[in-house]
Amino acid sequence: MSVLPDAERLCAQLIAELKPLVGPNSAMIGLYTGGVWLAERLHAGLALSAPLGTMDIAFYRDDYHKQGLARDPKRTQIPFPVEGRDLLLVDDVLFTGRTVRAAMNELFDYGRPARISLVVLADRGGRELPICAQHCGAKVEVPADMRLRLRRGDDGELKLELERAE
Amino acid sequence: MQSNPQLNANGELRHLLSIEGLPRDVLGSILDTAASFVGVTEREVKKVPILRGKSVFNLFFEPSTRTRTTFEIAAKRLSADVINLNIAVSSQTKGESLLDTVANLSAMQADLFVVRHGSSGAPYLIAQHVKPHEHVINAGDGRHAHPTQGLLDLYTIRHYKQDFSRLSVAIVGDVLHSRVARSLIHGLTTLGTPEVRVIGPQTLLPTGVESLGVRVFHDMREGLRGVDVVVMLRLQSERMRGALLPSAQEFFKHYGLTAEKLALAKPDAIVMHPGPMNRGVEIDSSVADGPHSVILPQVTFGIAVRMAVMSMVAGK
Repeated sequence: MSVLPDAERLCAQLIAELKPLVGPNSAMIGLYTGGVWLAERLHAGLALSAPLGTMDIAFYRDDYHKQGLARDPKRTQIPFPVEGRDLLLVDDVLFTGRTVRAAMNELFDYGRPARISLVVLADRGGRELPICAQHCGAKVEVPADMRLRLRRGDDGELKLELERAE
Repeated sequence: MQSNPQLNANGELRHLLSIEGLPRDVLGSILDTAASFVGVTEREVKKVPILRGKSVFNLFFEPSTRTRTTFEIAAKRLSADVINLNIAVSSQTKGESLLDTVANLSAMQADLFVVRHGSSGAPYLIAQHVKPHEHVINAGDGRHAHPTQGLLDLYTIRHYKQDFSRLSVAIVGDVLHSRVARSLIHGLTTLGTPEVRVIGPQTLLPTGVESLGVRVFHDMREGLRGVDVVVMLRLQSERMRGALLPSAQEFFKHYGLTAEKLALAKPDAIVMHPGPMNRGVEIDSSVADGPHSVILPQVTFGIAVRMAVMSMVAGK
């Protein structure tokens, strides 16, 4: 199995990539939980003027009828008007694309953004929906029975980890 | 121990029948989920798609405007289809049994029954007979329980006071006829509230109420001293048969909440009431509309709490 890329390095690389592209109309939303950690770093690195938004897509998931409501969903907080914004939607790992689909549906209940770009730390393939990331730290090959996820240490350091899928 | 009919094999909420018997973590989970739904109710589009395609039947065997309306709003904000049945004036008067009514609605592909009934235990009876994919929420049964009201009271207290572990809560008035009081007492003790007081005349307190873990006061001034939360109950004159009370005026004199009595509570105390209020009977208008009152926020939180409960049970 190949070595996982360094999350801190990917984070710095994404900031450098996004810096020339953001402007006064840009705003950022992180998806719980890993996406929020990453977004906090990107948001600070890019010095965006609009405060960071956070989103939990629990009420928009497409597997509710099978899985029920996710336990203890967080409150979505978008502290800026979405209407007409240039939005950066941030998640840690892109896999099936279902989370991003749910997030876009929720976003449109807040308003009509001018544009949504997807920013992810890692893309592990396996898409089940026609969704792709505009900004991706790295492509990572992950065995089908494993889960790739972002961890945050007590010191705030971000790290990609593999664990067995449940 | 007998298994809890409200929980599935994994300990998840399947029906909501009573706060009594709900473990602390399930209660906490309902309140946390409700907090996320409060966010939804503050948006421009106050709707999420989670119960799309589900049918919610509001079965009200007893009249209620507020509870039925808030359940209806909650279900609609979850994108469910809502059918309101006012059974007090329908088939039951033609002699159909409770379980026949439910079986017929089940044949119409119901997913969730919200039940208000004058007899204690009616929602339990329904829950025992529904199909595995059907769920029951108790919206008030007799004198027994009104769990969603109890939950919204708990939510309101947590919203204003954060932590239950240092609180003193007084529940005042007609505890005897109040299913709200019973649900709230169970919730407060489960969440670790160190001091729960009930205040009322002997005739309006259930015998043995102390066994629920509360302190009993007959003198309202003494009972209100130093409390953080005052929960006023409605004087349920329609449930009273016989002479439990001399008169409403007499009741107000002893157990009505006035600004002067409220001054004995903590300076930042909150005042709650499940509604509908009898102004001048259990609460003075100046208090009901005053700075300590959180009676209207209770109603708003009630919608989020009902959204949380519906979305938690309907997925299990």
